[in-house]
Amino acid sequence: MNKEKKSIFNKMNDTSLLLTITIVIFLLMYIGAIVIQGGGFTKPQMFFNILNANAALIITACGMSIVMISGGIDISVGGVVALVSMSCAVYLDHKGGSIIGSILIALGIGIAFGLVQGFLVAVLDIQPFIVSLAGMFFARGMTTIVNTAPFNVEDEEFNALKLTRVNVPFMGSVNKKGIYVPAYVEIGVIVALLIVVLLFLVLRWTRLGRSFYAVGGNKQSALMMGINVRRTKFLSHLICSVLAGIGGYVYFLHVGSGSASHAMGMEMNAIASSIIGGTMLTGGVGNIIGTLFGVLSLSTIQNIVASAGLDQA
Amino acid sequence: MVKSFFKRLTSNQLFIPLMALILLAVINLINDPGFFRITLGTNNAGNPVLSGYLITILDYGSELGILAIGMTLVTAASGGQDISVGATIAIAGSAMLRVLCGGNSRPDQIQAPIIVAFLVACIVGMLCGAFNGLLVAIFKIQPMIATLILFTAGRSIAAWINNNELPIVPDPKFSYFGSFIPGIPIPTTVFIVAICIVIIALVLKFTNLGLYTQAVGINENSSRLNGINPTFIKFLAFVILGLCVAVAALIKVSRLSTINYSVIAKDIEMDAILAVALGGNALSGGKFNMWASILGAYVIQFLTTTLYKFNVQSDALAAYKAVVVILLVVFSAPTVRDYMARLGKNMAKRKEAA
Amino acid sequence: MFVGLRERSEAIRISPSHTVIHIGAGLCSAPFLKIWRGENVSENVVLKMRGINKTFPGVRALQNVDFTLNKGEIHALMGENGAGKSTLIKVLTGVYTKDDGTIELEGKGEVAIHSPQDAQKLGISTVYQEITLCPNLTVAENMFIGREQGAFTNWKQMNANADKLLEQLDIPASATQQLSNCSIAVQQMVAIARAIDMDCKVLILDEPTSSLDEQEVEKLFGLMRDLKEMGVGIIFVTHFLDQVYEVCDKITVLRDGQLVGEYEIKDLPRVQLVAKMLGKEMDDLSDIKGEHEAYNGQDAGEIVFEAKGLQSDAGIKPFDFYIKKGEVNGFTGLLGSGRSECVRAIFGADRVIGGNVKVKGKEVKISKPLDAMKNGIAYLPEDRKLDGIIGDLSVRENIIMALQVLTGFFKPFSKAQANAFAREYIEKLNIKTASVDTPIKSLSGGNQQKVILARWLLMHPEYLILDEPTRGIDVGTKVDIQKLVLELASEGMSVTFISSETDEMLRTCSRLVVMRDRKVVGELSGDDLTQNKIMSTIAGGE
Repeated sequence: MNKEKKSIFNKMNDTSLLLTITIVIFLLMYIGAIVIQGGGFTKPQMFFNILNANAALIITACGMSIVMISGGIDISVGGVVALVSMSCAVYLDHKGGSIIGSILIALGIGIAFGLVQGFLVAVLDIQPFIVSLAGMFFARGMTTIVNTAPFNVEDEEFNALKLTRVNVPFMGSVNKKGIYVPAYVEIGVIVALLIVVLLFLVLRWTRLGRSFYAVGGNKQSALMMGINVRRTKFLSHLICSVLAGIGGYVYFLHVGSGSASHAMGMEMNAIASSIIGGTMLTGGVGNIIGTLFGVLSLSTIQNIVASAGLDQA
Repeated sequence: MVKSFFKRLTSNQLFIPLMALILLAVINLINDPGFFRITLGTNNAGNPVLSGYLITILDYGSELGILAIGMTLVTAASGGQDISVGATIAIAGSAMLRVLCGGNSRPDQIQAPIIVAFLVACIVGMLCGAFNGLLVAIFKIQPMIATLILFTAGRSIAAWINNNELPIVPDPKFSYFGSFIPGIPIPTTVFIVAICIVIIALVLKFTNLGLYTQAVGINENSSRLNGINPTFIKFLAFVILGLCVAVAALIKVSRLSTINYSVIAKDIEMDAILAVALGGNALSGGKFNMWASILGAYVIQFLTTTLYKFNVQSDALAAYKAVVVILLVVFSAPTVRDYMARLGKNMAKRKEAA
Repeated sequence: MFVGLRERSEAIRISPSHTVIHIGAGLCSAPFLKIWRGENVSENVVLKMRGINKTFPGVRALQNVDFTLNKGEIHALMGENGAGKSTLIKVLTGVYTKDDGTIELEGKGEVAIHSPQDAQKLGISTVYQEITLCPNLTVAENMFIGREQGAFTNWKQMNANADKLLEQLDIPASATQQLSNCSIAVQQMVAIARAIDMDCKVLILDEPTSSLDEQEVEKLFGLMRDLKEMGVGIIFVTHFLDQVYEVCDKITVLRDGQLVGEYEIKDLPRVQLVAKMLGKEMDDLSDIKGEHEAYNGQDAGEIVFEAKGLQSDAGIKPFDFYIKKGEVNGFTGLLGSGRSECVRAIFGADRVIGGNVKVKGKEVKISKPLDAMKNGIAYLPEDRKLDGIIGDLSVRENIIMALQVLTGFFKPFSKAQANAFAREYIEKLNIKTASVDTPIKSLSGGNQQKVILARWLLMHPEYLILDEPTRGIDVGTKVDIQKLVLELASEGMSVTFISSETDEMLRTCSRLVVMRDRKVVGELSGDDLTQNKIMSTIAGGE
């Protein structure tokens, strides 16, 4: 056996190959943005702002990746995010609830959606698309039932949390007045990065993680090889919905308001980020780090488009 | 004898939508004995119009009834659903307005005959259908995923067609399609639906569309060996749905004489899928009953009207309907059906034993 | 953490009730694997199946079948379609539950197998024709996933163990390689490696070679011989005779759900094997050919269809073929020899990639089924369920389908017309159905086949292709169909008839094209049309 002779591409599996491509694309795009747009993109804070604005998307996209890796799809995540922000907003402002309570509400909504959708998909064998389509409409409808009008949260404790900034050392810049401004990220970014690391470890090093890949690769084979396909599918949907709940709270923390039109089309962005990050819609291939870069790439494009539009105006 | 009659009745595809209709009617009758009253009055312009809840249901169920026709064909042929119909209604409607108003948001008179605008909308609708059909039939992408693209991008495209402006059609004639023609007390939409139903009935009678669609949906291999081109049939189903979308867009835009890109035909894809399912058609494709689907569409409008009557907000409707969808798919899921069948058998056995 | 190879093989060595694991003979460099030292083979029965019965609605798939497998033996299981070999395998692997009979495993006595998982736990592993691994995972993962312990994956240990095993079995792959980057043969071997690493005593290879090229087959055989030396009992199911004689020790032949016999390979020459599989001794009940006169119209002898160098993407070698008016001919050969692919190419059912076709002397292009139908060619496909019936549609709609498509999209038959057509053929072919509106899927197999036959007869084709029209239907219907074929021919229809039962072909055909290994190897007619001649041509190479 001559292992040395194998080309590097042969040795790499689909997942790491796609991951490399994603990271290279992102770097090229960011460099491109610096060259074309200059200005804002040269400052590190621009990068951190992209993170701040997309922490919730990173979290939901991670969940989406797991469902997609195991061969399913969940388009209810945007609706869940909206429902979580509205419910938490109402709880905090109208009911005078606490921060802890609102976090529990977010988790509870995520778990509830995960349990029901996971049951319908895994146990009753209903197409995940139909199930999560209904889930999306249900979540959107429930959001208006909870409260129709959009409003900003006035709760002081919450606003303090919302404005909490974590400074990033050595990344600050000197502004026009010559004062050093430290670079910062919001709490949501910390949460998002923790989740990325955690899920990366789960997917890579645990039996459950590998089961996601096996089930997505070939359901029949996975069954024959002794994997509990139902449980794996169920857990993938549960994790996705719970992450949508957490993502919903991070989103809420970023915008600080409740509205039925929050997170419109977020499911599409999550799917798109996963795909850019190398996760296949057909299942079995994907990587969480790739998804992180997928979100970054997507939002960099959006930023370029947005600032280009401003230049024209 | 009674048993076999009962069995024949329940196995008929029209049974489920009819029962749902009766159930809704009874609920409404109990709640409000005057629910079915129809009165002849005059509208603001002094023309005679019929009014009443039944007329409302017939009127506002029209778009759904028309969409149900195309959705049934798409479901039967491809075994999947098109979730982009709401967004493509926005696109077709926007194209119609663009032609009528010529890019000017407040024109003094229409810039092109209504028929031309409608034909343009038809072409646009069919192009959208063709796009979806291409992805599904030739690139073999799952219908729901393929149509997710237009579902997401459609409303932005619609806004882009008119440079994000909201043109208003100045000609009152244009509004006749979504309301009343002076002198005729029945809503125009009822006639439009009737025309659509007659056309599809003629098509089903004088072509093999129904036979081919069902054959492709049931066994693609076999239908290919019988000389049918399954790719084309699937593609055709999506194009026909595109045409239905254009007609629905005409009604929708005509009702307001303008358009609201983010609100027009919102959530209608859900209702259209629900109509097909409620009509007893398998969402996995194959045999279909067009009339059951159309009846299903009106049942859903009935449900919507009833919910409104119980003071449910329009934005919250989706939540209730989502529950109905889930119940429907749960009860039609093969695993659940098998379980129910086993349960029934066991019960029968126990009865025999006792 | 999963148990490493070392610990496991030690565990096996200690446990006396456990069959000795047989990996490693000839690979003595691997000290942790215990070598099975050959005692007398006949005393080493590893699997004993006795009096197995299995009935499906209307079919006795297995009748009192016995099967015995020894350690260190490669045992071929042979038989034509419907002989019951796949049913036997499925009973053994727990996919089906047997009605009757016993299965004994060495060291375990009589066992009950209710699911594939049960079988696997008992040491019966199966490698299927289509690979049941996950192409997106690495080779090592495919070997160990689903049987690890603990919540975490120890990649280092897993890869090391996998590499060790791959090296022992001489499989040219590395543990970290993605499976889809390996050739089909290597994937097949990884599946086998997984199977034998799971302490398997009985390894079933269900047509593993059908998608492999010659070199890959050789590699696989090398592996099989190694395993044999290690003492694994291997059941080998294949359609390729050459392979049986190359690698097997024993042959068990099944026919019509019954055991024909078990033979040492050296006692059973090829011709006899073919005879046993096809059932030569089946008495030739009636000479129905004599009852029907040959077609003698003016245009008798005109060539209706002619193909030169025809080739499709289904993997058959280019072939020439012709048929005359009123002639009945057939493609014969064992299953998998390419006889179905030939007629599919004629009908345009597979993608045609080369060759010229003439219909009645005029060159035509047949690239899809509709082209063939327009040229008066009809085709009854081999797989009734997958390619024939349109399950949820009524008998009426199934009957009129082909003619309807030919008539045109804009000219549907009226319901009365369609009913008349359907009723005519229901009567003609004696189809038993409750009504013309009954969904075809609720009919019995034989009646479904008659409906499909009616579909094509209604088209009044000039050339009718019947691929296994009599498979899985009762004897009475079989004779009906044979008679019908001759009747149609005497009226001037040309018919190509394919059947795995040679006597059926002999009774109906006047000319046979013989195929082996996806190419045409001979043509028989006149006095050459005898069982012996057919069999020796099929067997070839002796």
